[in-house]
Amino acid sequence: MNIVVCVKQIPDPAAPQALDASHNLDRSGKLILDEADTYGVEMALQLVDKAGTGEVTVVSMGSGADVAGLRNALAMGAAKAVIVSDDSLRGTDALGTAKVLAAVIRRITPDLVLCATESSDGYTGTTPVQLAELLGLPSITFAKSVAIEGSSVKVDRQTESGYDEVTAPLPALVTVTAGVVEPRYASFKGIMAAKSKPLEVLSVADLGLGAETGVAGARQVVIDVVASEARSAGEKHVDEGDGAEKIVAFLESIKVL
Amino acid sequence: MTVATIWVVVEPSNDSLTTTSLELLSHARSLSATVAAITWGENAAQVAPVAGEYGATILYDIGPLGGALPGVPVASAIAGLVSAHGAPDAILVPNSYDGRDVAGRLSARLDRPVLTNVTGIVDEGGLVTEHPVFGGTQTVRARFTAQGPGIIVVRAKSFANEPSGGASAAIVAAPVGDLGAEAGATITTSHVEERTGPKLEEASVVVSGGRGLGEADKYALIEEAAKLLNGAAGASRAIVDAGWVPYSHQVGQTGKTVKPTVYIACGISGATQHMVGMKGSKNIVAINKDPDAPIFQIADFGVVGDVHKVLPALIAALKARA
Repeated sequence: MNIVVCVKQIPDPAAPQALDASHNLDRSGKLILDEADTYGVEMALQLVDKAGTGEVTVVSMGSGADVAGLRNALAMGAAKAVIVSDDSLRGTDALGTAKVLAAVIRRITPDLVLCATESSDGYTGTTPVQLAELLGLPSITFAKSVAIEGSSVKVDRQTESGYDEVTAPLPALVTVTAGVVEPRYASFKGIMAAKSKPLEVLSVADLGLGAETGVAGARQVVIDVVASEARSAGEKHVDEGDGAEKIVAFLESIKVL
Repeated sequence: MTVATIWVVVEPSNDSLTTTSLELLSHARSLSATVAAITWGENAAQVAPVAGEYGATILYDIGPLGGALPGVPVASAIAGLVSAHGAPDAILVPNSYDGRDVAGRLSARLDRPVLTNVTGIVDEGGLVTEHPVFGGTQTVRARFTAQGPGIIVVRAKSFANEPSGGASAAIVAAPVGDLGAEAGATITTSHVEERTGPKLEEASVVVSGGRGLGEADKYALIEEAAKLLNGAAGASRAIVDAGWVPYSHQVGQTGKTVKPTVYIACGISGATQHMVGMKGSKNIVAINKDPDAPIFQIADFGVVGDVHKVLPALIAALKARA
């Protein structure tokens, strides 16, 4: 069972976020492994463990030289990492990203590809399915549980009204929600081991790509960024045992009660 | 109007269409001379008058999917329509579980870019899309630079839902075509979780809980208060991630967008992630022990207090009125 997990290194969501002069998210600070991707890494580690054979490879793309987030995934237990890192990737859109990831994954031919449902910075949420289409794989999105049964993957997929049991033959691509597993913390031993694990850095040219990436490849452009209509704070009341009563009065005033 | 044709992917729901589908049809009608709807399932005959009433003149019917997840067959059928009828200026898709699958598949299949999380579309000599960023404090405005069709994935509640009184849409068959290994995902069993009261996205009252509840068991208070107000129970991403409540309750950037008459946030600090999903509420009430919690900046009525005291007291007061 060889599994690829697509991961993204993002600016820390807890830190202030800003757009740069070209309206791209400012990624100049320290980048971390997107927490949304830790669920896929954990799921992959558990599935490989259960299969008793195979390994987990994390695959990523970025415009800078950061690899700390990938080391984090390796410290959790992934066997190796591949990142396509190139200045020319700045401004690449979701489809361009999928094309780059597809070019890497074609070299690995895994049994299963896992992704988060969306990244926590760009949250377009379309790259995984675009990737599946480019690789000619079936995809099951919004997994709340993932199991391998013989040569199929069986997924409980979140729906508007509950969940569906969905199966697909392997190889396949699955996107996982945060409810799928509890990610482990990297152990000290894992962190030490990660330092010597293989981490391959590729350029866009190494993959024979170019025109698909960057701002030109995106075929979409930000015109401007405008401030949204602000909502202002209303009345604020410190509870002295009468908070509930005040809320009831407010609900009456807006005719909800 | 500079936009000649818009296609709207409309999702079947029982024998009608989802509310978001109707919102997209309503808005497409204001942007474009011709609007066509694209649907699937067994009920095209029942859906055609609804699609017509909201502005579609044609309903492309893909038909039953035989248990397949919609993403692949629907995208394949739409690609077939583009070959057969030429490309529309844009294809609008609801931001839903299946809608996102359709958009991703179609984007790669047609090799056309996709713009997602859209909450507004205006015509400025070409379609311009609006995307809330940073918790909705700013709006990014974008447009496609390539030849159409641009694929636009629109969040629920972005547009008003307005019937036009149009005649029933003409049903035109949209064949799926030949599919390969990519079409292998099949639904074997559907589980419908029991829900009492209104849907989260449609409720006029939403009571939501966050990390401030302290533990999973306390979410029962949120459900009880919601029920007493004939409302729906929502949740912040933090407690969904923690596994206290299912993802379907999540309100926010990565969850549902709600615009109820009143939104009552209990023990929710107000991460920008959450705010973007509820700041369109008509009224916002917040209960939080931290007087500096960001949620108070947008609350019409805030109570600085312990949610474990205020919420049970509120439930008792509501019960006393019932």
